[in-house]
Amino acid sequence: MTHAEFTRRESRWFWALLLLLGLVALAGFAAAHYMEENGHIVTGMNNRIVWGLPHVFAIFMIVAASGALNVASIGSVFGKPEYKARAPLSGLLCIALLAGGLAVLMLDLGRPERMVVAATHYNFTSVFAWNVFLYSGMFAIVAVYLWTLMERRMNVYSGRVGLAAFVWRIVLTTGTGAIFAFLVARQAYGSALLPPLFIVMSFAWGLAFFLAIQSAVYAWNGGTVPPELLRRMRNLLGLFIAGVLYMTAVQHLTNAYFARQVAFEQFILLTGGVYPMLFWVGYVAAGSVVPLVLIYHPRLGGTASVLAASLLTIAGAFALLYVFIIGGQAWPLEIFPGYEASSTFGDGQITAYAPRLPELLLGMGGVAVALLIIAIGLRVLPFAPVDERKAAVAAAAGDD
Amino acid sequence: MSGIDHARRQILAWGAAMAGVTLAPGVTLFQLAQGRPPAEPASKAVRWGMLVDANRCASDCDACVTACDKENGLSGARTPTSAQWIRKVELKDLRGGPAKSAPVMCQHCAEPPCVDVCPTGASFKRADGIVLVDRHTCIGCRYCVMACPYQARSFVHEPVTDQKPEVPRGKGCVESCTLCVHRIDRDRIPACVEACAATGHKAILFGNLNDPASEISQRIAQFSTTALRPDLKLNPGVRYQGL
Amino acid sequence: MADRGNFGGTFGGGARARARRRATGLAFVLGCVLCGVLGGALPAIAAEGPASRVPKPVVAISAPGQCVEDTQFMLRNHMEILKHHRDQTVHQGVRTTQHSLANCVACHASKATGRVTGSKDAFCESCHRFAAVTLDCFECHADHPPAGIATNAALPGVVPR
Repeated sequence: MTHAEFTRRESRWFWALLLLLGLVALAGFAAAHYMEENGHIVTGMNNRIVWGLPHVFAIFMIVAASGALNVASIGSVFGKPEYKARAPLSGLLCIALLAGGLAVLMLDLGRPERMVVAATHYNFTSVFAWNVFLYSGMFAIVAVYLWTLMERRMNVYSGRVGLAAFVWRIVLTTGTGAIFAFLVARQAYGSALLPPLFIVMSFAWGLAFFLAIQSAVYAWNGGTVPPELLRRMRNLLGLFIAGVLYMTAVQHLTNAYFARQVAFEQFILLTGGVYPMLFWVGYVAAGSVVPLVLIYHPRLGGTASVLAASLLTIAGAFALLYVFIIGGQAWPLEIFPGYEASSTFGDGQITAYAPRLPELLLGMGGVAVALLIIAIGLRVLPFAPVDERKAAVAAAAGDD
Repeated sequence: MSGIDHARRQILAWGAAMAGVTLAPGVTLFQLAQGRPPAEPASKAVRWGMLVDANRCASDCDACVTACDKENGLSGARTPTSAQWIRKVELKDLRGGPAKSAPVMCQHCAEPPCVDVCPTGASFKRADGIVLVDRHTCIGCRYCVMACPYQARSFVHEPVTDQKPEVPRGKGCVESCTLCVHRIDRDRIPACVEACAATGHKAILFGNLNDPASEISQRIAQFSTTALRPDLKLNPGVRYQGL
Repeated sequence: MADRGNFGGTFGGGARARARRRATGLAFVLGCVLCGVLGGALPAIAAEGPASRVPKPVVAISAPGQCVEDTQFMLRNHMEILKHHRDQTVHQGVRTTQHSLANCVACHASKATGRVTGSKDAFCESCHRFAAVTLDCFECHADHPPAGIATNAALPGVVPR
């Protein structure tokens, strides 16, 4: 294939990708509009399960956004040069995921047209109010960070801005965990372990997403990730996956130790139907054990293994978040300890939840928005890692 | 007439004036506690509360719920997406005691978790202790629904028509028992209390917790009452007897 | 993604081509501005003619007497009055009727339907449609007076101007 042929064909594939992502994003916005016009009755949510599938998507993307910046932090803050080459892509992923996650979160509000009210009225005992500043500040800091990375005369500042971005995102992810940690009344939440758990989850999921996108970028251009770098990044992912597994185990073991929490833990881990299945099969087996095998097995661990491990980790993340967010709401509140309660408002009952199409489309629309930002960003600005670009140019020149 | 003792008359007049001046603040205070003029804001000299006697509450009666639905323009439907500001909870004692029944509504806590978590400050506590949602500022994020230990809040899932003029409510906002604030501000009692009294059960008592002479304060001083989830130390304005 | 690098320079051409592009761009912008000005000015000029095609709001007030404030003041400031009063009512429990939304509705409800929205000639809806300002109030508030209150009369406690 000549260079001209490659360019033409590649260009068509790129526009096709944009069209596909654009259609999914459009479907997401249409679903949000439908939800806004008709109310949340068109979703599967109800008065007991108020945060549904869109929140699973949104919280995954926000947590992964913070973790995706990790690669850049390893470069700037911990000074590893190969990671430095990947820092711009890492920053782009952070911004894209954050934008996608926030889009889903804001469009799922009961009154999304009141965004101005949310931006002008603040109650600072609420983590959500802090999040308005943390998230918008994240956009600003990463934008400045990208500037220091990509403009040569600003490179000297990238270390300091990188450190600021690293600290900011630790605070941001702590805030995301605190959303749940501060809920005293629910047996699934109200634990000081949650912010650190979310930080470790961000490490794992952010890196998994980064590796998946990196594989895609290299595959698109016919290059390969340098094997030594691949080995180190994949081992890091394995370490983070093990870290999340550890913290989740500690969370559930501690919970199960308290007599008053035993019934809830039995529900989530054994008897709750979809929740134990998603937890054990979706998160533990497919989302943690299989990726660990793919990463550490001596005969595996190549490019395909790493891509598979990353995608499975992301799937496991969705499973874990579904169990955490929705399973936690399905279990009834303990208002009358020592009594079995029943009422017309769901007291004492486990609430059923079945997500409906508008929720799924909204979530996928957010993912599409994130991927659109990544695709367009990679196209117009030099986000792709440098060694990849040189290899691609060499490969194209060699084909003529 | 010449026999009139002007001095005596003057003393009587001054005496009446003094008595009036002395008594007037008391009369005004009484009025403050019972009903304030429309232009006067609510004050924290008053703390509205309710006392529910589970011993008097009948299992097969839901007069309070029906009255609340009618007063506030709720649909009365009992689907998972329908708003319910008060509900009857049937209780079975797991240790083998007698079955009980009690209404549960917003507990109007002194330390409300829903107020802490609301990002815009729409969920707020009024000076006289009533916890309300300012629907002008509510963005419908449902964080307060997650935070409430009593599952007191409902989210409006569909467009509302035919609202009661005194109780504005609409799609996309969160709402809960207002302690019939539109009635309290006009010297009446909540609809559920009135309905329960009308059935003869008289299981719900409403009054000013800050007034030691009120019937509710006297009953709380006399009988053993509890809050729901007392371990959370939220100091609710609704107390329960017989649980 | 092929190495596009310098995004601005990819269209090529020399200094003359750049100048030509600049001139075209300038002409395009001027054309847009001109269209906008004419598009805005022409209907205004047309409206002063005998047959105006701009639909004016129907302001039909069936209640006797005067509004609580002067008409010009109300036109400009009714939103501020309502916002201030609603905060006082909701947060402090002040329930004076003078500036309350319920009082506006009680007086201004249409004689025929008893409502301030629901048709393009209804009091609130008519002006809001003309000004193209979203009328959010009646998604939550009832657009008719309370039961037992006669339509087109002020609520008790309202002091006439």
